[in-house]
Amino acid sequence: MYVAVKGGEKAIRNAHKLTAKRRRGDTSVPALTLDQIAEQLSHSVARVMGEGSLYDEGLAALAIKQARGDLIEAAFLMRAYRTTLPRFGYSLAVDTGAMLVERRVSATYKDLPGGQVLGPTFDYSHRLLDFALAAEDDGTEPEVETAEPRETAMPRVTDLLGDEGLMEPDPVTDEDTPVGDLTREPLSFPADRDLRLQNLARGDEGFLLALAYSTQRGYGRTHPFAGEIRYGEVEVEFFAEELGFAVTLGTIKVTECQMVNQFKGSAKAAPTFTRGYGLVFGQVERKAMSMAMVDRSLRWQELGEEQTAPAQDVEFVLSHSDNIQATGFVEHLKLPHYVDFQAELGLVRQMRAEWFEKRRQEEEETEAGSAAQEAAE
Amino acid sequence: MTDISSQDPATDLAAGATGARKALMATLAAATPEAVAEKFETLTPPAFDLVRQPETGLVMVRGRMGGTGSPFNLGEVTVTRCVVRLSTGETGSSYSLGRNKQKALQSAVIDALWQREDMTARIEAEIIAPLAKGQAAEKDTVREETEATKVNFFTMVRGDN
Repeated sequence: MYVAVKGGEKAIRNAHKLTAKRRRGDTSVPALTLDQIAEQLSHSVARVMGEGSLYDEGLAALAIKQARGDLIEAAFLMRAYRTTLPRFGYSLAVDTGAMLVERRVSATYKDLPGGQVLGPTFDYSHRLLDFALAAEDDGTEPEVETAEPRETAMPRVTDLLGDEGLMEPDPVTDEDTPVGDLTREPLSFPADRDLRLQNLARGDEGFLLALAYSTQRGYGRTHPFAGEIRYGEVEVEFFAEELGFAVTLGTIKVTECQMVNQFKGSAKAAPTFTRGYGLVFGQVERKAMSMAMVDRSLRWQELGEEQTAPAQDVEFVLSHSDNIQATGFVEHLKLPHYVDFQAELGLVRQMRAEWFEKRRQEEEETEAGSAAQEAAE
Repeated sequence: MTDISSQDPATDLAAGATGARKALMATLAAATPEAVAEKFETLTPPAFDLVRQPETGLVMVRGRMGGTGSPFNLGEVTVTRCVVRLSTGETGSSYSLGRNKQKALQSAVIDALWQREDMTARIEAEIIAPLAKGQAAEKDTVREETEATKVNFFTMVRGDN
């Protein structure tokens, strides 16, 4: 039986008004603008776009402001917003090899074509709080060095080793093979790599980080090297049916990670390096790396490895990576469960009554037994 | 013509026109709404009909496994598109990332006008070339700033003994 309970409308209305007031905070402090969020909190914006699975900096900035900086709530707002829009179709696959690279590092090759380019990064910093940032901003742009670019081509590291056959080639399917889409069909198992990568690309950064870390600590070890991490702008092209050609929609920023891992080889295949792949919206290296490591560990079956760890369990990983679903299910526990709880309350009362009754009977039997024993003595 | 691979000059011409139109649409798509509006103001377009109202929707962006392998769905982008028809008959289209409907409309009108022989040269010279130049300059700045962060390794040479 389902019993609807009404009430609390006024309390809810007032709670929302109070949220708006608390969100604004002290009005003697200027309100945040969306431009400020988009420009100055770009990592938050990137995370919300990635986990919200919708690339739009302005919308992500609005979501962050509305959510008072709660990034999972903001990603939730993005997911909800996207359901209001029609789908025009699918883009052509982005070419990360043609990226306008802002950062590119490889932990496996010192001297590689295009070089090691650090770009904007927190790496090599001492993680000391910079109190200069706490001072009033005078509006001057920080000075940077520039240099004349020497080489423009920056081939992917994995393409370099591929020539020798030492690197596992990318899987290529017929272009007509349908590509799985989680926004069209709910996740089902077994999930192929296309669905796995889509799931991981919009998965929770913290969850993927923890799983990737677990593989490093021995739970399904894959011996990863960061073959390459690159970040920058890629063009998005869309084939417009009515025009008969692909139009360039603009550019988005993405981070790509190629993890290079061991492979013992098998009776059918010679030993070669295997790979895990990460691709995410914005500059989110931690997640791109984690995604690549988890992608690799989920390939255990295909590569003839043994399944021993949570990070290899496709169903476990993919079913729990989505923080919108996860937060929905965890946080729904806050909603009224009065009727469910009443039923449980009745049950526990009954169980306690039975428990006490049983104990009383046992005590009586024990007493009767010992009385009989005393009498016998 | 230097290109001897193609048999049919008409096809070449069409491919060239498509290439030029693609470039024009890409330049408009990459421009800010303010920049498109500023250029649009310099034109006096004829009357036009909206064949397709400016409309915002989603395009699912695809990546490839490992960078070059089979495609997978990465996530969506917002896209706004528009189609107009000028009273002189030309049909113009626009597609660009984001949600700006005015930019979509103005870009479609510019695309339509560009197809008029009497306007092609002017639009390329006064609108597309300056926008493209600005966009290329921005990319150059990124490249130059990035280049300054390139690592130069020193090899420490040890003695033989």
